[in-house]
Amino acid sequence: MSKKDALFNYCLRLGDNSLILSQRLSEWCGHAPILEEDLALTNIALDLIGQAREFLTYAGDIEGKGRTEDTLAYHRDAKDFRNLLLVEQPNGNFAHTTVRQFFFSAYAFHLYSALKASKDENIGAFAAKSLKEVTYHLRHSSEWMLRLGDGTEESRKHILTAIDDLWMYTGELFENSELDEALINEGIAVDASVLHELWNETVQGIFHRINLPLPQEGYMLKGGIKGVHTEHLGHLLAEMQFLPRAYPDAKW
Amino acid sequence: MSDKNKDTQWPLWEVFVQTKTGASYTHSGSVHAPDKEMALQIARDVYTRRSEGRSIWVVPSEDIAATQPKDAESLFDPADDKPYRLPTYYRFPKGITM
Repeated sequence: MSKKDALFNYCLRLGDNSLILSQRLSEWCGHAPILEEDLALTNIALDLIGQAREFLTYAGDIEGKGRTEDTLAYHRDAKDFRNLLLVEQPNGNFAHTTVRQFFFSAYAFHLYSALKASKDENIGAFAAKSLKEVTYHLRHSSEWMLRLGDGTEESRKHILTAIDDLWMYTGELFENSELDEALINEGIAVDASVLHELWNETVQGIFHRINLPLPQEGYMLKGGIKGVHTEHLGHLLAEMQFLPRAYPDAKW
Repeated sequence: MSDKNKDTQWPLWEVFVQTKTGASYTHSGSVHAPDKEMALQIARDVYTRRSEGRSIWVVPSEDIAATQPKDAESLFDPADDKPYRLPTYYRFPKGITM
């Protein structure tokens, strides 16, 4: 594996995380509990699609085979996606969406904070720009964690269920691919394992305020970064990719 | 909020946005939100998505005291025939040049 392959793979993972979570959030469009939250969720989706475009375009450039952001987004199958399992999980109810967003935003916040010092100028610049956005996503989802977790008996019950359902996807956030080692040594990529403690602190900070213990580590389901996904990704892609695949030269 | 105004939504907040540092805050509209922190976030998402803002105020709508449209005649019309309250009503005395 050359450095080029490793860098391509790394940018693909960053782009895929944003792309898939963006697609999930956009499913809320017109369905959120209130109009204002509908706008907030689709706003976050748009931030994420912007990040995905930067990273996927760059990945295509690095690969050098003429693949664009669109080719990468619309003409790959599930096994070729490298996103974390967490972001492909279904929206569930609003508590699930909130917990998923909170777990991911806390991760993205620490990842981009570290990555903005990347020795790769492009990655550093994308990270610096994305950091501003995910700082807000983290704030937004944290406020919802506090209100649902400390709201009514029912809202707390839903938050607890959502945490139970999604916790097993958080282990993967701190995994490196074997391709990453050289990039980490050169200061291009971030060693994901060092993010674990920072992430724990952020998550614990919110859990503490709503009187929740941090779940035990427990069994962690992994595989996204190798292309081994849960069954949900295929369905998501079927919807996301239908139009460009059915009408390859469609313009809109 | 008084019971007769209560609907199924969260309380209403009026949103004021400052477009650049030092400028005055302008009323942008209103949002529903459970509390002031969320009202700020929601206002940010609803009213500053196209780079309109540097700073936001939110105020509970119920805390705003407003004049009633039906009182407008008695409150504001009397000023209509009093041009001497405007500086332009007065001529400059001789000997003073602009």
